[in-house]
Amino acid sequence: MDTDKNAPEQIKSRVEVGVPGVRLEVVVNGSPCAQHSLVVDREHALLAAKFLKEDPAYRMDYVSNVTGVDWPETTIKEIVKTKEVVDGVEREIERTTEKKKSGFLEAVYHLYSMELKHGPVILRIRTENRAEGNHLPSLTPVWRGAEFQEREIFDLYGIVFDGHPDLRRILMWEEFKDYPMRKDYVEPDDYEYEPTPHDDVLEKAKKHAEKVLTTDGH
Amino acid sequence: MSAEFTLEKRGGERANEDGESRTADGRSAFRTAAGMTFTHNNSDTTQTTAPAKGFELRPKASHNGEIGGELLEISMGPQHPSTHGVFRMDVVLDGERVVQLKPIFGYLHRNHEKIAEGTTYLASIPYTDRLDYFCSLTNNWAYCLAVEKLAGLQVPERAEYIRIITAELTRLQNHACLGGFLLQDMGASGTPLMYAFREREKILDLFESLTGARMMCNYMRFGGCRCDLPAGWLEQSKRVVDDFPQFLDEFEALLNENEILMSRTQGVGVLPRALAVDASITGPMLRACGVNYDIRKVDKYGIYDRFQFRVPLGDHGDVYDRYMIRVLEMRESVKILQHALKDIPAGPIVDPKAKLRGFRPKPGEAYGRIEAPKGELGFYLISDGSPNPYRYRVRPPSFINLTILEDMCLGQHVADVVIILGSIDIVLGEVDR
Repeated sequence: MDTDKNAPEQIKSRVEVGVPGVRLEVVVNGSPCAQHSLVVDREHALLAAKFLKEDPAYRMDYVSNVTGVDWPETTIKEIVKTKEVVDGVEREIERTTEKKKSGFLEAVYHLYSMELKHGPVILRIRTENRAEGNHLPSLTPVWRGAEFQEREIFDLYGIVFDGHPDLRRILMWEEFKDYPMRKDYVEPDDYEYEPTPHDDVLEKAKKHAEKVLTTDGH
Repeated sequence: MSAEFTLEKRGGERANEDGESRTADGRSAFRTAAGMTFTHNNSDTTQTTAPAKGFELRPKASHNGEIGGELLEISMGPQHPSTHGVFRMDVVLDGERVVQLKPIFGYLHRNHEKIAEGTTYLASIPYTDRLDYFCSLTNNWAYCLAVEKLAGLQVPERAEYIRIITAELTRLQNHACLGGFLLQDMGASGTPLMYAFREREKILDLFESLTGARMMCNYMRFGGCRCDLPAGWLEQSKRVVDDFPQFLDEFEALLNENEILMSRTQGVGVLPRALAVDASITGPMLRACGVNYDIRKVDKYGIYDRFQFRVPLGDHGDVYDRYMIRVLEMRESVKILQHALKDIPAGPIVDPKAKLRGFRPKPGEAYGRIEAPKGELGFYLISDGSPNPYRYRVRPPSFINLTILEDMCLGQHVADVVIILGSIDIVLGEVDR
């Protein structure tokens, strides 16, 4: 494996030449395996993916793993100590400032090359936010292998992939409402509650028991 | 010849004396008592038990013998014995031919990934056993490999050998059973499957004496293995491995040139090479299409670079090639095993830096992948420095290999759908997670 060629800066400059206007950002990975990744902007993601697949130096013909990650809104507290003059006396005052970091959903693509046998090149695409702005371009037109995996992300994270040929729920059932893999997902009390005739009987029995209790058997 | 075939006169055909009917285009057609129609181009060929060239075995056409009537939509599964679990296929048929097929699954979905994100790294190891319950040891290995990449742990040499031995034994039993299941799907009730299960039982006995469990082994740990080999285990494994080629000889003699196997699998469910790469197909499925991509060779994870083995490749990408690739891979696994069982050194079996309690990898992420018997099994982990993984993702090979099920089945007979599905080698515990 050519380590220099797969350095994220190298890929970044190469893609920037091949896809004009693309905005790429290197995400440094702190773990010992040092698998760094690249964030691609939504508008140019499809073009960048096509470029990586067709570029003779990379030939990323195989998308191994596609997955979603949920990054909810976080607040970062910063404590700043300032010296201020209060009532003629200089005092040190602690002020906490809260910064809100907006949340987003992320799709991560692990790309390898079967032809040149190198990799991984890791692409990340981020949504605007976690509510309505949950749209991302689908990379299934570039790699068919992303088809089921993008469906799974749609199913479990609620990212809508524009341009996907068959975007339906895949593991959960069609009528299911929420997105279970999101960090703020709350499990329902009963997944498949449906009123049954038995409910009426129970209600009747309960009423009868109450009646018996209140009238004390008379 | 005429004793074996009964003549059934159909419109537009005229029969001659020896029980042969001839269609308008000069091709002759026979109909057996069992309802199978043989057609061949050369009407002078005399029929023998050996498969003659130009013969094509076709199932019986729809009731009036015409294709192009109304489409029929049927639901195969989820309680269908040939779907290898709770798996459903929504099949649209034109006569006997498949015109549309949508796989539907998720019946076993328990959100393994969410459960793993809510618990410690260590506590997920037993859960990985339940993904592909045929190959719990390779699942353990893939997960441990990802965590070792994340935390920078080194595996001692003895543990690496044990991992390779257990993983290759897993591959032997998985591939042997797949051959059995595939033949079971074709109607060879029992015999090949029981031969395969007999061998599998010997390997499961080894797993049981090593790990305490036949299938849910829960054996590997971050930076090594849970316990050392019991006394006499290596000798017993050597015996099992040395006897295995004899089973393979028998199995191959029984099946490789079996007429039923050949006529039902050759040219059936052909997967083009370009589509296989594009659709991220991995494992024996991919190599049956002739793509040389084995992660044991490409990534050289563990100590696979020390072993000499070849990667069998197919030519046609049909069901027969997928069967043969698995048989040939078993032969290569036996070589690796014989080598590993001879060379295994003494020493520690776990990295002293690895912590069982209070294990908190530094923030970061890692993707670790291995060549599991069914294809590329990968684990993607993101750590935020807490005892639980922030993101835990399984890249299941049999889930992704199902992507092209429809492409392989289109235009095939409905009976072949069962065989094509069987040749993908899916386990629903892994597909649904």
